[in-house]
Amino acid sequence: MSSADTLQAFKRDGRIAIVGASLAGLRAAEALRAEGFTGSLTMIGDEVGEPYDRPPLSKQVLTGWVPAGGTTLPRRRDIDAEWLLGVPADGLDLATNHVHLADGREVPFDRVLISTGVRARPWFVESEADLDGVFVVRTREHADGLQRALAAGPSRVLVIGAGFTGSEIASICRERDIPVTVAELAPAPLVGALGAMIGEVASDMQRAHGVDLRCGVKVTHLEGDAQGHFRRAHFSDGSTIDADVAVVALGGIRNTDWLRDSGLAAGVWGIACDTGCRALTLDGLITDDIFVAGDVARCPNPIYEYRLISLEHWANAVEQAEVAAHNMVSAQADRWPHLTIPTFWSIQFGVNIKSVGVPTFADEVVVTQGSVPDHRFVAAYGYQGRVTAAVSFNNAKWLDHYRQLIETAAPFPPPCPTPDGPADAKPVPVDFPSPQLLAQGATVVVTGHDPSERRVTAAWQHR
Amino acid sequence: MKVVVDLSRCQGYAQCAFLAPDAFRMHGEEALMYNPTPDDAQREQVLRAAAACPLQAILVDQLEERDAPVQAPPS
Ligand SMILES: Cc1cc2nc3c(=O)[nH]c(=O)nc-3n(C[C@H](O)[C@H](O)[C@H](O)COP(=O)(O)OP(=O)(O)OC[C@H]3O[C@@H](n4cnc5c(N)ncnc54)[C@H](O)[C@@H]3O)c2cc1C
Ligand code: SF4
Repeated sequence: MSSADTLQAFKRDGRIAIVGASLAGLRAAEALRAEGFTGSLTMIGDEVGEPYDRPPLSKQVLTGWVPAGGTTLPRRRDIDAEWLLGVPADGLDLATNHVHLADGREVPFDRVLISTGVRARPWFVESEADLDGVFVVRTREHADGLQRALAAGPSRVLVIGAGFTGSEIASICRERDIPVTVAELAPAPLVGALGAMIGEVASDMQRAHGVDLRCGVKVTHLEGDAQGHFRRAHFSDGSTIDADVAVVALGGIRNTDWLRDSGLAAGVWGIACDTGCRALTLDGLITDDIFVAGDVARCPNPIYEYRLISLEHWANAVEQAEVAAHNMVSAQADRWPHLTIPTFWSIQFGVNIKSVGVPTFADEVVVTQGSVPDHRFVAAYGYQGRVTAAVSFNNAKWLDHYRQLIETAAPFPPPCPTPDGPADAKPVPVDFPSPQLLAQGATVVVTGHDPSERRVTAAWQHR
Repeated sequence: MKVVVDLSRCQGYAQCAFLAPDAFRMHGEEALMYNPTPDDAQREQVLRAAAACPLQAILVDQLEERDAPVQAPPS
């Protein structure tokens, strides 16, 4: 049989399993059917219920406008899948092409897509995390619980961590007229993602809206009352604060533990893959049948020196899923690379924040348009003299222009495209709190001496 | 009915908020907020908004009779 015949047969009668039934998984399934895949499709997901959308959880849902159960994703077509929901996958056997489920079942496949995303990083002391009134926000259930707690009119909310999710929650508390304290270890909100200059703007925004923002401090201990309800938090500077609700917004943990013995290059930074979304093994070999998409993927980007980058961005999950699905049912010569410049949005304190590119891949930043004090501007990021990213505050219509600058490696600082450029546009160091190790990998050790036995094994104990 | 807006594409032109104000509204100067499950009674308006969006950023459920996924039997 020729390889074209083999591909046709696979498209007609093959078996595809998708592990992780959320945004990336659903979009990939739809794309597979749109590409003419008529074989069997199995959707494996540990959450119960249909795939739903997460961004509204920290926005529309927490304001009380939309119920948590109301963010089910629309479907563009019937995907005619077998759904195995409410049970996690706990292993992947590359030798026999099987997914193991935690309940003992085995799902055979010809090709598999892994889109298991990330989960919320819980509070580090389990007994404190279990107190009533302590929340994380990743799932519908989380958002539902938190929205109820906010509706009950708490005397104060403590948000731990001022990244995007934490800042959005602080914003909603103020919208609902709830006193809120935000604790952030870094010198300002959003610095980890956008650097010190934007961090200062974010601090201004929070304080202008009445947030009690405390930076450079660590929350050390969450204290409960006799009924097991959260009541007080202790800080590293010795101070305390009384509150009824604590939201732990310390980012996510990639769901790769279940791949521990699979031989894939999976670790705390995600699962390494090529731009065609094919997973890499620990040895750095590209697999034929294992694909990855969404928050759990670590994909090289030629624009960013081929570094493996993992993103927790909605649009990335959608686009990567479509590329992965296409490549799963295409011949070598017809495969697509996932080369889209990343984009991200957030809505907080009435301001539309958007970014294009990878702001952490930068050494300098400059305001190119608008006015920082008015919270209406664009800032461009540069790395060694070329434009690598841009962030807009209430100025999103310009981002396409900056995307083109990034794609054409335009010189940094770029000329201001409009007369509204600030007079003193001078680049400043981007100043991230710690070096962003975008390329940090799973810890591995090389074993064997002959080419036939030389292999890399994971050293998970170093995590 | 189910709706999702690709907010990385949306440029806040507000056409949708004009055509289907119960489902789409502006938050601040240029951020769009939308109801992901607008009432079926609003279907016509929402479809008109989706068609009018210059960025084609609004995706509406195409499934009339949805095949709800079945939950795995507990083991
Ligand atoms: C509160 C919140 C607000 C956000 N706001 C924005 C925003 O404003 N802009 C933006 O660009 N992005 C935002 N995001 C990020 C965006 O939601 C994610 O990028 C997107 O959900 C990624 O989709 P995914 O399918 O890759 O992963 P996920 O949505 O994480 O889905 C992974 C799925 O796999 C399941 N799973 C995990 N392990 C297993 C296993 N072993 N077996 C079976 N199933 C498993 C998980 O339970 C989950 O259902 C936000 C996220 C959150 C949580
Ligand atoms: S019409 Fe489209 S671009 Fe305009 S606000 Fe609505 S979704 Fe955004």
